[in-house]
Amino acid sequence: MNARDEILAAARGALAQARSEESEVPGVHRKPVKLPDLVGLFVERVADYGVVVRRCAESEVAGAIAEALADARTVAVPDGFPHPVTGPAPSGPRTADAVVTTVAIGIAETGTVVLDHGPGQGPRVFSLLPDIHVCVVRGDQIVPGVPAAIAGLDPLRAQTWISGPSATSDIELDRVEGVHGPRSLRVVVVDA
Amino acid sequence: MKVALLVTCVNDALFPETGKSVVRLLRRLGVDVDFPDAQTCCGQPMVNTGYLDEAVPVVRTFAKAFDGYDAIVTPSGSCAGSVRHQHGIVARRGNDERLAAASSKVFELSEFLVDVLGVEDVGAYFPHRVTYHPTCHSLRMLRVGDRPLRLLRAVRGIDLVELPAADECCGFGGTFALKNTDTSVAMGADKARHVRETGAEVLVAGDNSCLMHIGGLLSRQRSGVKVMHLADVLAGTEGER
Amino acid sequence: MTFLGMPPFPQAAREALGDTQLRRNLAHATATIRAKRAAVVAEVPEWEELRRAGAAIKDNTLRQLDRHLLRLERSLTDHGVTVHWARDAAEACDVVGRIARSHGVDEVVKVKSMATQEIGLNEALAAQGVTAWETDLAELVVQLGDDLPSHILVPAIHRNRAEIREIFLSKMEGTDPELSDEPAELAAAARRHLRQKFLSARMAVSGANFAVADTGTLVVVESEGNGRMCLTLPEILVSVVGIEKVVPTWADLDVFLQLLPRSSTGERMNPYTSTWSGVTPGDGPQEMHVVLLDNGRTRALADEIGRQALRCIRCSACLNVCPVYERTGGHAYGSVYPGPIGAILNPLLKGVGTDAQTDSLPYASSLCGACFDACPVRIDIPEVLVHLRSQVVDVRRGPRPHAEAVAMKAASWTLARSGRLRIAERVSAVFSRLGRRRLPGGRRAVTRLPWPGSLWTDARDLPAPPAESFRKWWRRDERS
Repeated sequence: MNARDEILAAARGALAQARSEESEVPGVHRKPVKLPDLVGLFVERVADYGVVVRRCAESEVAGAIAEALADARTVAVPDGFPHPVTGPAPSGPRTADAVVTTVAIGIAETGTVVLDHGPGQGPRVFSLLPDIHVCVVRGDQIVPGVPAAIAGLDPLRAQTWISGPSATSDIELDRVEGVHGPRSLRVVVVDA
Repeated sequence: MKVALLVTCVNDALFPETGKSVVRLLRRLGVDVDFPDAQTCCGQPMVNTGYLDEAVPVVRTFAKAFDGYDAIVTPSGSCAGSVRHQHGIVARRGNDERLAAASSKVFELSEFLVDVLGVEDVGAYFPHRVTYHPTCHSLRMLRVGDRPLRLLRAVRGIDLVELPAADECCGFGGTFALKNTDTSVAMGADKARHVRETGAEVLVAGDNSCLMHIGGLLSRQRSGVKVMHLADVLAGTEGER
Repeated sequence: MTFLGMPPFPQAAREALGDTQLRRNLAHATATIRAKRAAVVAEVPEWEELRRAGAAIKDNTLRQLDRHLLRLERSLTDHGVTVHWARDAAEACDVVGRIARSHGVDEVVKVKSMATQEIGLNEALAAQGVTAWETDLAELVVQLGDDLPSHILVPAIHRNRAEIREIFLSKMEGTDPELSDEPAELAAAARRHLRQKFLSARMAVSGANFAVADTGTLVVVESEGNGRMCLTLPEILVSVVGIEKVVPTWADLDVFLQLLPRSSTGERMNPYTSTWSGVTPGDGPQEMHVVLLDNGRTRALADEIGRQALRCIRCSACLNVCPVYERTGGHAYGSVYPGPIGAILNPLLKGVGTDAQTDSLPYASSLCGACFDACPVRIDIPEVLVHLRSQVVDVRRGPRPHAEAVAMKAASWTLARSGRLRIAERVSAVFSRLGRRRLPGGRRAVTRLPWPGSLWTDARDLPAPPAESFRKWWRRDERS
């Protein structure tokens, strides 16, 4: 027998008696959650990771982005990014100091942004190599928690879930921010 | 209600005073407790070391000894846990479901006092500085919660102080104390240090086996801290002391 | 999966306990992570429900494991991934080595992965002329220090900042001799060292935290971004995935992506989670392989009580709360899977009765139960430990029992009849005047006994037996 058939046969044989049983999966955590101030919680939880968060109106987005890019000399702007980017010189992702992207979803409870690398977000390398990542999140993209995010995302698209800057706790379990991913994450939240 | 005392082999052979305390305490509370003389041991030392075949005759004796009682009270969280959670395993090994008959009838002392009798103030008097170690099996196997502490808080004259890192294991662990003696002693040394930090005169717990381990270390260190079973504290009244 | 030549746990533990620096490093690290975990778990009111959901999903999946694996294979294949099957470590390493050599690759970058640690992939690749670079900071520390991992999440937990600085200075090319031991500076040095490797490597090897059967999605949960680098930049990606990592649907991830980060690093969410369902044209590796690894998992699955260990999501919460692990560290367990989960997983994957080291692991616990309370998928580790102890005892039963077995048989015989116990107690009462030390309260205590009693009295006093057992008192006083 080849490895495949042998493993499958062993898995079948191992559970000969128990196969028909079924454990009930509790589902209370999947019940719809109503949070009074979704955007406020998101802002608070993103800031908990030490991230600079700026909440602004639609008309102030360009200014907020420019402010977030103040210390960058060059910036990578993915195709389809919907806001004007002024200031740093445009550059490719491998050489830019900074990158600006939109997101697919924001998760309030965990302060997470999820990129599915659609228009405005660029391929995965865009948000990876530059040292500064500026994320623009629309208020109406924010969901309460992980279950709502999972339900709203397309599994067939590659995704990057980002919660704060790159970090490690590998030395004495003390958190150090900024290892291989962008060392600085900046989030602009646009009230819809 | 016919109530039996499971004194446990450790208390029977090494700490008889604790058994007497339970009898005295329960009688004071109006419970006519009986001691089925055929009892020996719950079988936990064998089960926890992996000797299931050897546990079968011991648990069979146990089941017979306690047949016909409505409730079994024991001054040991560990033995209560063993009866409740392990006699089923032994019954499967012995291919005899009757071996697990006592599982649903056993109560650790604080459970029996608080849940069955509904008392927290048992009329005890103990004018000493005391700290309490919640033994692992009471805490995580039986989930007795703060029942022992509620009983202790109601004791007159007591000065109850909190034990740092109280819910961490003392390192006894039955045959673990012998098979992994270095690790066991390292854990116990930290527990003993926490006990001394409280400045308590007496360390109280619901299991004499854990107390034998911690107390053995405290004595070796000449700490002067006395170890006492919860039952021994609860049994004392003002008139006697 | 076990380190060669390791002594049984009690011996290895004794050595570790003598290392005061190790004890300090471990106590500090585990206390830090325990506090963080407790805080973020307390934030989730439905935590217990989530644990039950995690356990139930895993159990249901394991019951139909063959079906879900076939579904996973089809989904992966549909999305351009080549699927390989490996019965054991050697087969898995062989697959990865062949892929590397077929592309003329002699250097691969690695995402931290327990499965590849388990199969000893780095060593196997080295034997085939392929260098594997660990890119997780702690794995790098272990690799550079020619050391062994001692924790599932933080393999270098036994090292403090000063030791890590020394390792970088002596083993990491081009390290600035002025490097301080500030964690931030150490991390920056590793960042500089690895950046070139990321940009030049043509092939990466990863594991996966989850593999979704119906979509062919693999999930890697990480913190540093080294995973994203490896999963994005090279042309070829090989993922070695234990067959128990499969979950049926994408929706099931909502449970595990809540349970894992809070249990593992004590965060609401880990910095980075990457998910991908096969090849994305123009984005990331364009050639992908998945190696589905058994290596003892179907053996564990056949164990009725032990199979719950296959729910494990490698969070390491059980290590962090374990009073034994906290004092001995991970090396004493002699495996890439240390701590309470290692004490059950290693014997389940390998089977008992083959070597003394593995057989010692189920006994490396006081059965305090802290691991079960912390486990996000409710693995009843104490239950499995006791079960495995009975397997160890049973496999050793034979015509010539050893001292412990004889003692247990004698105890069993004595305790099978109360009359026999009464006689034993009468004999022990003879020793009631033994011992010169007095315990507080006045009771006599024994301070020295011959072996095996010395195992107790070397460190602990023992109360002398009472003159009268409880049973005797009852007969005399109560039953008159």
